[in-house]
Amino acid sequence: MQKEILIAGFGGQGVLFAGQVLAYAAMDTGKIVTWIPSYGPEMRGGTANCTVVIADEEIGSPLVKNPPAVIALNLPSFDKYEDMIQPGGVLVVNQSMVDRTAKRTDISTLFVPGNEIAEETGDRRLLNMVMVGALLAAFPEMNLDDVKAALKAHLPQRHQKLLPNNFAAMDKGYAHAKAQLEGVGVR
Amino acid sequence: MSKELWKGNEAIAEAAVRAGLQAYFGYPITPQTEILEYLSRRMPELGRAFVQAESELGAINMVYGAACTGSRVMSSSSSPGVSLMMEGLSYIAGTEVPAVLVNVMRGGPGLGNIAPAQSDYNQAVHGGGHGDYPRIVLAPASVQEAIDLMGLSFDLAEKYRMICMVILDGSVGQMMEPAEMPEMKPIVDRKFEWATNGAIDRERRILSSIYINPPAEEVANFRLGKRWQEVQANEVRYKEYFLDDAEFVIVGFGTAGRVALSAVRTARSEGIKVGLLRPITVSPYPYEVIDQLAGRVSGFLVTEMNMGQMYDDVRLAVRGRVPVEFYGRTGGVVPFPDEILGEIHRIAAGHWSREADPRVSWQTRMADVISEK
Repeated sequence: MQKEILIAGFGGQGVLFAGQVLAYAAMDTGKIVTWIPSYGPEMRGGTANCTVVIADEEIGSPLVKNPPAVIALNLPSFDKYEDMIQPGGVLVVNQSMVDRTAKRTDISTLFVPGNEIAEETGDRRLLNMVMVGALLAAFPEMNLDDVKAALKAHLPQRHQKLLPNNFAAMDKGYAHAKAQLEGVGVR
Repeated sequence: MSKELWKGNEAIAEAAVRAGLQAYFGYPITPQTEILEYLSRRMPELGRAFVQAESELGAINMVYGAACTGSRVMSSSSSPGVSLMMEGLSYIAGTEVPAVLVNVMRGGPGLGNIAPAQSDYNQAVHGGGHGDYPRIVLAPASVQEAIDLMGLSFDLAEKYRMICMVILDGSVGQMMEPAEMPEMKPIVDRKFEWATNGAIDRERRILSSIYINPPAEEVANFRLGKRWQEVQANEVRYKEYFLDDAEFVIVGFGTAGRVALSAVRTARSEGIKVGLLRPITVSPYPYEVIDQLAGRVSGFLVTEMNMGQMYDDVRLAVRGRVPVEFYGRTGGVVPFPDEILGEIHRIAAGHWSREADPRVSWQTRMADVISEK
């Protein structure tokens, strides 16, 4: 088994940390994992992305051209990565930051109003956790409880008070995506 | 010890600390700066020396001075910064003191960019500073391997009184992987018979790279040459993948080797009998295993993130017996596995290059991808 997740957005949207939470969960459940950021000068206020590769055996390339799973937190990321996803893959889009619908019909595209859900939950910085939760509804290789456990296990003591809100954000993202998968299906 | 998620650069720094690093001297440069940043916190916490020098020249000469005391010392930098250190490196080599230098390579030449590259291979392995001097060069491909090789680098540098460089591309420095740190080793006085650490109750010692009398310099160069023969005989390290029944073999180090592994696995699932050899020591180079493989495989494909530098070492080992193809990406571009897979398909179909130097055919093949326009 090997699966890759690419997370992309603006610097400051929590792209890198979202990937790290998934990487911790993969490690804690006994998987082999790599997390690699884009680290160019464009990080300063521009676009940011990271790739998480999860596997059962030694991982070769830490980068992948056609990932099966993408979280796009803004329109430029939606535009850039929609074309690159493997057929049959899943694309989770932050609906709050895009003004168009999906072009492809051979992948599952889930639209989640991440900014609104995060603000409802108490802090717009919870956007990344909303979107991680949403992805997990369509990513059977990892489960929500493992990701929550990893966040709890690796969050420094001084931040542990933030856990309930982070868990709530994941739950809401997950529920929103799940409803979409079961309702209208592929969009 | 359990596994933790470590970023390559920070893992290198902590591994050096646990190996007994006593003094670090450096200067910031992307994509290496996290090593310096981490140690700026960690070293003082342990009462050890950390100096951010005024420049790379300052840093390497501080390493030189500290190495003369027999302490475990290192510096780290990235390509342009390492170029600035070459004079000091030659002096360290000429003085026969152990030192460790990490190069987290980026796109070049010149100022280039900060993206991952392997284009300092020749500088590390064949060139660098002036004069005849051997050096050990280790090339990790993962965070765990970087940790393991940092510990080894100090042992090798001291055992052979030689520079040990650790070269990795920016992506190994920036990526995070689960890895296990070794136990913290105590700092020990290794009581080197050459160290200039205070001549109390003993004869004064002198360390220098000056041999003003040419025959004496020749003796020194032969001493280094003999020591290098020992290194070549004992310290070659590499990793094999699917070599047992391989009909042709990819050779790649560091990240290029990892990317090739993904391609090799896909090719294997298609029934193509291709193997992979990933050198871990690029100096001393695993000539012998390539020599043996050349006797039974139909050819090689060298993959690198440069214009074809290690390629010459593979050809040296193969000695013209079978074709040696090349595929590279340069300037900070990292290849995707499907590019290497395309090369595997070409070779599996029997389409070997016809030019005397297959790097010429490679550049021709790349014309569609890489254009001045």
